[in-house]
Amino acid sequence: MNRRDFNQLMAVGAAGILLPTLPAYSRTVTAEELMEPGLDVSIKKRLADAALNAATVKGATYADVRIGRYLNQYVMTREDKVQNIINTESFGVGVRVIANGCWGFAAIGDTQSEEAVARTAEKAVAFAKAHAKLLKKPVQLAPQKGFGEVSWKTPVQKNSFEIPVKEKTDLLLSVNGAALTNGADFVNSVLFMINEQKYFASTDGSYIDQDVHRIWPNFTVTAVDKASGLMATRDSLSAPMGRSYDYLQSAPADRLTGVTTRYNKGYDMLEDATAAAKQARLKLKAKTVEAGKYDLVLDPSHTYLTIHESVGHATELDRVLGYEANLAGTSFATIDKWQSKNFNYGSKEVNFFADKTQPGSLGEVGWDDEGVKTKQWDIIKDGILVNYQAIRDQVHMLGETESQGCCYADSWSTVQFQRMANISLAPGKERLTVDEMIKDVKKGIYIIGDGSYSIDQQRYNFQFGGQLFYEIKDGQIAGMLRDVAYQSNTQEFWNSCVKVCDERDFRLGGTFFDGKGQPAQINSVSHGSSTARFNGVNVLNTSRKI
Amino acid sequence: MAIISQEEAKKILDKVLSFSKADEMSVSLNGGRTSNIRYALNSVSSGGEADNMSLLISAGIGKRLGSATVNEFSDQAIERTVRRAEEIARLAPENPEYMPMIGPQKYLETPMYSENTAKMDSEYRAQVAFDSVEACVEKNLSAAGFLQDSTGFSAIANSKGLFGYNKATSVDFSVTVRTADARGSGYVTRDFNDIAKLNAAQTTQIAMQKALASTSARAIEPGKYTVILEPTAMSTLLQSMMSGMDTRLADEGRSFLSKKGGGTRLGEKLIDERITIYSDPTNPEAPNEPFSGDGRRGFAAINFLGGGGVGDGRPQEKITWFEKGVVKNMSYSRFWADKKGVKATPPASGFIMQGGNQSLADMIKSTERGILVTRLWYVRMVDPKTLLQTGLTRDGTFYIENGQIKFPVKNFRFNESAVIVLNNIEALGTPVRMNGNMIPPVKARDFTFTSLSDAI
Repeated sequence: MNRRDFNQLMAVGAAGILLPTLPAYSRTVTAEELMEPGLDVSIKKRLADAALNAATVKGATYADVRIGRYLNQYVMTREDKVQNIINTESFGVGVRVIANGCWGFAAIGDTQSEEAVARTAEKAVAFAKAHAKLLKKPVQLAPQKGFGEVSWKTPVQKNSFEIPVKEKTDLLLSVNGAALTNGADFVNSVLFMINEQKYFASTDGSYIDQDVHRIWPNFTVTAVDKASGLMATRDSLSAPMGRSYDYLQSAPADRLTGVTTRYNKGYDMLEDATAAAKQARLKLKAKTVEAGKYDLVLDPSHTYLTIHESVGHATELDRVLGYEANLAGTSFATIDKWQSKNFNYGSKEVNFFADKTQPGSLGEVGWDDEGVKTKQWDIIKDGILVNYQAIRDQVHMLGETESQGCCYADSWSTVQFQRMANISLAPGKERLTVDEMIKDVKKGIYIIGDGSYSIDQQRYNFQFGGQLFYEIKDGQIAGMLRDVAYQSNTQEFWNSCVKVCDERDFRLGGTFFDGKGQPAQINSVSHGSSTARFNGVNVLNTSRKI
Repeated sequence: MAIISQEEAKKILDKVLSFSKADEMSVSLNGGRTSNIRYALNSVSSGGEADNMSLLISAGIGKRLGSATVNEFSDQAIERTVRRAEEIARLAPENPEYMPMIGPQKYLETPMYSENTAKMDSEYRAQVAFDSVEACVEKNLSAAGFLQDSTGFSAIANSKGLFGYNKATSVDFSVTVRTADARGSGYVTRDFNDIAKLNAAQTTQIAMQKALASTSARAIEPGKYTVILEPTAMSTLLQSMMSGMDTRLADEGRSFLSKKGGGTRLGEKLIDERITIYSDPTNPEAPNEPFSGDGRRGFAAINFLGGGGVGDGRPQEKITWFEKGVVKNMSYSRFWADKKGVKATPPASGFIMQGGNQSLADMIKSTERGILVTRLWYVRMVDPKTLLQTGLTRDGTFYIENGQIKFPVKNFRFNESAVIVLNNIEALGTPVRMNGNMIPPVKARDFTFTSLSDAI
């Protein structure tokens, strides 16, 4: 092995970086191990059958098994240093059952033993029976046909894990170099790459093998003016994607030019870092915003987060019903509002759809984690709330008999539950470009990129920042602003949406580490939109002195 | 259960080190069990358990570091992992910030372990949940709660002779109680090392009272108010301040502790002189890890490195961070401390904010016009230079007038900095344990509420 081959191995540096806590049992491995094919599907089927049989024999009326191999590679750098290269692998089996009308779950790591898996299934049944004394109503599961032996894979042109780590560290160090030579005082850059190899089987007769890839290249550049005590940062305008390393090859058609370059299906990290460094320095000298009402023009790199918080989480049926009351909260989008068929969630321009089949999205899979075929459906139609996101044990509460396929667990070791599907704002029907949209704005702010974010526990009141703020005066971009945050109420905000650009501007944003549940789990989900305009939104000035 | 004694842990760590051919080597061994039960709508919704034990080996060769982990403990598996770590170290890029490992350290005894908690089983957990739920059912209220307990150990060693071992248990309980008409909501949370200190039924009563008292909340104008922040709320505000005590960030001009023109605010009076904040891992009410670097609390989370991460083994000791409002100490990485020629103080693993002797009732009684805040929610940093944070009140917000709680009010969004709050202190109550820290209720003037929320 030579020095170059370091890049096929892992190294854990001394520097500490706050990382999300990932599920139990992840172990650091070499990069070479990430390329190993994993268990043959016939072995997975044998293990799954052992669990299903054991659960049934012990009295389970339903059982499902997830055999998961979860691979992660994180490459982290700071200025001219590689801080960390972390590869992890996590393999194990999770068994979920219904016994005595109650859910039970147990998991076991790193085994190919049918006996061990069967014992785990029995433990899940025992948990269900022990907890059934606290049960008020038995679980009611929507029927689901078995699909037999099927498979699905993220379309991958260039597998991230096949790219030598040196190529990745070279890329990030070049990105840092570009930022530093263009005005940044500090820069951190990271590549997150994930591969979930998931096998699902259930007593319904499904044996589903899936291979899911995700990637998130990102950075933060910082400019500091010690004399004035000011600091400005600019984060990357990349979107995390349900793609692999091919996302980092951008073609001219993937770039949208304007006040700054934004990206669609391919991302040029070097170009973005160069712009970010210059913009961070400009932000130090930008005019501080005057608080008041503005018309906001929001780029999809920003809007995705507002959609995520104010529509995505608000229309999760488990929240609506009260199952997340102790942590994430409930929702204002209550059942009576949906039943009324006339609840104005937004203006007539506002159409939201959920879609677990959206190409390149973080949530794209063939089947969810309880064996339901994924699909697209409407959430808000012409401004009216028309549906929720639900799973098999909830849909009967909506009077439906078929799940929408929103079940997900972040590991074989965690129990699957209702997680957000990709929720997107549909493009406007009329042809409209961003420039045409801005031309009509008299007093406004054009916001690009996501910043600080906060929303209440029922998803009414929110506050968002951003990365780049451009003042719009009489239809023209008039310069950069700083200290901008906007506050609104979900229903008011979406009702203030007056225009949405057409499908030519439609792009995905997304979040890689969305947390929910107790114990907390993470989920990755995308939100698409075209640039949209919102009239008369309350803007705050966030500068303070301490 | 994956928990072993100090002697057993030392035997494994010594064996690992005996295989080393690196310039230096450090080892971290972590194991434990985490169990939980979750309920909502007065019914169980999920529950489970996880066990794990993991060994993390780091080899240092020159200024290069390589690490590998293993969950098997045979001689062959351990030796293979040692060789792997060394191979990675040889191939790794040189780290200019690499610091040689430290020698033997003296660690404080921290009372983190309770046999009562270690012995908990699923029946006990179900009973705790049942006690909480039944109290609510009797009053036609709806409970959503979570109980998690963990038992585990961590051990560290290196080739310079350092060795440390710690055993710990933890219990976290929280419950949100909502009225049947969904117009009132209350919350309470408790954490202990010893489960015997938790009375779920009694604790749930607090959330029940808040839920019943918070129905029919009225809207009042946002603005600047005197607030009484209960320890749950104050704890949330303080977290980001206390995790931002790093000197390097301040020296780089990126922190609220950066001085205009360069340097840090060490030695400056930054907050009210009644405020003293320190950390003490031996505190009997809120003990913490005796050595630094692991970054975990309890054993609930097996972190991304697959079992705990590489602690650098610096001892945690009693450190005063703010003394009578003055920035007394800041944390240093070993690299930055070496560069600056100072002691490498690790970040605190828990903190204690000294309080006063007022009860919450006293604080309410002395308030002419103000807001009582139970809990803050979705708190996010808006500006790290000023520590400006935004978030909302939740699960019990009340208007106080002439020394009495008059009526519940709708929740507010706030935009405020912990530094400003700690400069506007009116009164301090008795500290209570909150998320491994000791936090008093705080009464402060001119707290900035910027808008109203209809959320209940």
